[in-house]
Amino acid sequence: MRTITRRVLPGFGLTLGLSVTYLSLLVLIPLTACVVKSLDLTLEEFMRAAWSPRARAAYWLTFECALIAALINIVLGLVVSWTLVRYKFPFKTLIDALVDVPLALPTAVTGLVYASLYVKGGWLGQFLTPLGIEVAYTKLGIVLVLIFTGFPFVVRSVQPVLAELDSDEEEAAAVMGSSRWHTFRHVIFPHLLPPLLSGFTLAFARGVGEYGSVVFISSNMPFKTEIAAVLIVSRLEEFAYREAAAVAVVMLGFSFVLLVLISLAERWSQPHAK
Amino acid sequence: MQNDSAAVAPAADGNSAVDLASFQPRSQARKDPRWVRYLLVGTTYLVIGLLVAVPLAHVFFQAFSAGVGAYFQKLLGDKDTLHAIFLTLMVSPVAVAMNVVFGIAAAWAIARFEFPGRALLVSLIDLPMSISPVVAGLVFMLVLGLQSSLGQWLREHGWQIIFAPPGLVLATAFITFPLVARELVPLLEAEGADEEMAALSLGANGWAMFWRVTLPNLRWGLLYGIILCNARAMGEFGAVHVVSGRISGQTDTLPLRVEKLFQEYDIQGAFAAASVLTLVAILTLIGKSLLERKVHQG
Repeated sequence: MRTITRRVLPGFGLTLGLSVTYLSLLVLIPLTACVVKSLDLTLEEFMRAAWSPRARAAYWLTFECALIAALINIVLGLVVSWTLVRYKFPFKTLIDALVDVPLALPTAVTGLVYASLYVKGGWLGQFLTPLGIEVAYTKLGIVLVLIFTGFPFVVRSVQPVLAELDSDEEEAAAVMGSSRWHTFRHVIFPHLLPPLLSGFTLAFARGVGEYGSVVFISSNMPFKTEIAAVLIVSRLEEFAYREAAAVAVVMLGFSFVLLVLISLAERWSQPHAK
Repeated sequence: MQNDSAAVAPAADGNSAVDLASFQPRSQARKDPRWVRYLLVGTTYLVIGLLVAVPLAHVFFQAFSAGVGAYFQKLLGDKDTLHAIFLTLMVSPVAVAMNVVFGIAAAWAIARFEFPGRALLVSLIDLPMSISPVVAGLVFMLVLGLQSSLGQWLREHGWQIIFAPPGLVLATAFITFPLVARELVPLLEAEGADEEMAALSLGANGWAMFWRVTLPNLRWGLLYGIILCNARAMGEFGAVHVVSGRISGQTDTLPLRVEKLFQEYDIQGAFAAASVLTLVAILTLIGKSLLERKVHQG
C-alpha cells in the first residue's frame, strides 16, 4: 500500500526534507561538533580530562546510584503495578494518577522538596536522623531522588502487560495444584520479565543522565557525592570547555550503549509490534 | 460491610457472592491470599504516599507556610521571580511550536511513506531522550558559545545565542524534541490514508487535504503531545542551566530561579516559585488523563 500512496499522496519531499534538516541542525550537527571538539585534545590530554581519578569517581558514583535505584524500582514497580491491575482498593484511581507525577514534575522541584523533607529538621528527616540515617547531602539522597524519577517507567512498562495477561495458564496451574507462589514464579513472572527489563533500562538511563534533582539533595563533593553531570557543570564554571567536552563524550558513549540496550529490550518485550 | 463479605467469600460458592466479583479478578484461581493482598496494597500506599503524595503536599505547605499574603508577596513582589515566570512563558511556547512543526512533518513522512533510512530516522528521533540534559546544554555551549568560531562570528553580527533567550529555546527544544513526533507517528499510522486519498480524488489539493482531513484527525493526539512537551519544556533544568549563564532578571527561567532562591536560603521564595511549576505539572496530568480517553478511542 505504501508504494502506491507514495505516488498519490503529496508532501513527501517537503516533510522529509523539513524533518531531516531540523534533526540535523538541532541534534546531529551539535552532537558531532561536541565530539570533534574533544578531539582537539591529544589522546593523553583527553585521558587526563576524561579519565582522571575525580572523573572516574564521578562515573562510578553515577553508575552505582542509578543502578541501585533502578534495581529497587524493579521491586517497587512490580508491587505497585500488581496491586493496580489485580486489586480493588480505596483511592485506586488517585494512586494510579500519582504514579505519573515524577514524569511531569520539574526536576528542580523534586530536588528542592526532597532536600527540604530529609534535612535534619525536615518532615521526614526528623525521624530518620535520630536513627542514624542521613539522607540529605549523602549518596542515599541521590539514590532516593533517582528512585523517584525512575519508578513510573517500570510501572508503566509492566502494567499493560500484566493487564492483558491471559488467565488460562494461571488457572490451569492452580487446577493442577500449583501453589500461588509457585504459579507466580513459574507461570506469571516469565511474562513480566521483558517489560521489567525494559522499564529497568529506561529508569537506569534516566538516572544516569539526571542532574536537576541530584544537585539539590547531594553535597556535590568531589570523590564523594559528585555525579558525572555535576562534574561537567563544575568544569564549565572553571571555563575548562575541552575537559567538560571530554567527560561529556564518555557520557555520550555510555548513553549510546544504553540506547542500543533499550531498543533491544523493547524489541524483546513487544515481539509482535513490527 | 464489603470487607466482611470478601472475607467470607472464599468459603461461599463463587457465583453467589456478587461483592466478591468486584473484589477479585474473574476466578478463584487467580486470587492471592488475604495477607498478601493487604501487604501489597499497604506497600503501594506507603510507596506512593512517601515518594509522591508527601512531597506534593510539602510543596504547597511550605509555599503557604507564612500565609496567602506572604505567598503572593514572595511570588509577585520579587522582580526576578516575576521575570523568570515571564521568561519561561516566552521560551516554552517557542520550543513547543518548533517541535510541533517538526512532529507533524516527521509523522507525515514516516507514517505515510516508505523510504530508505526510515528506521534510522525513527531511532534518531528518540536520541535526545537518552542524552543527559547537561550534556545537551554543553553541546550548544561548545557550538555556539563565544569560545567557538561560529559563536564569535554570530556575536560580531549582533547575535547572542548562549547566555541569552535563543540559547534557552534551543536547549529546551533539544530536550523536548521527540515528544510530539512520538505521539503523532503511531496515531497517523493507525488512521490509515483512506480519508486523505478520498479527499485527493475528490479534487482537494495537498494543503486542503492537510487542513481539512489530516489535522482534524490528529487534533487530540496533537494536543496530548503539546501538553506533554510543554510540561517538560517549562520544567527543563539541566540543559537550560548550562546555556543560561544564570543572570538574575535576564536569563533565569523559573526552575533556575528555584535553584537560586534555594542557594540564597530563601526557602519560602523557592517553594513559592516551585508551587507554580508543581501546579503546571498537576494540570498537565489532569489534561493528559482527560485526553487519554479521546486519543485511545481514536
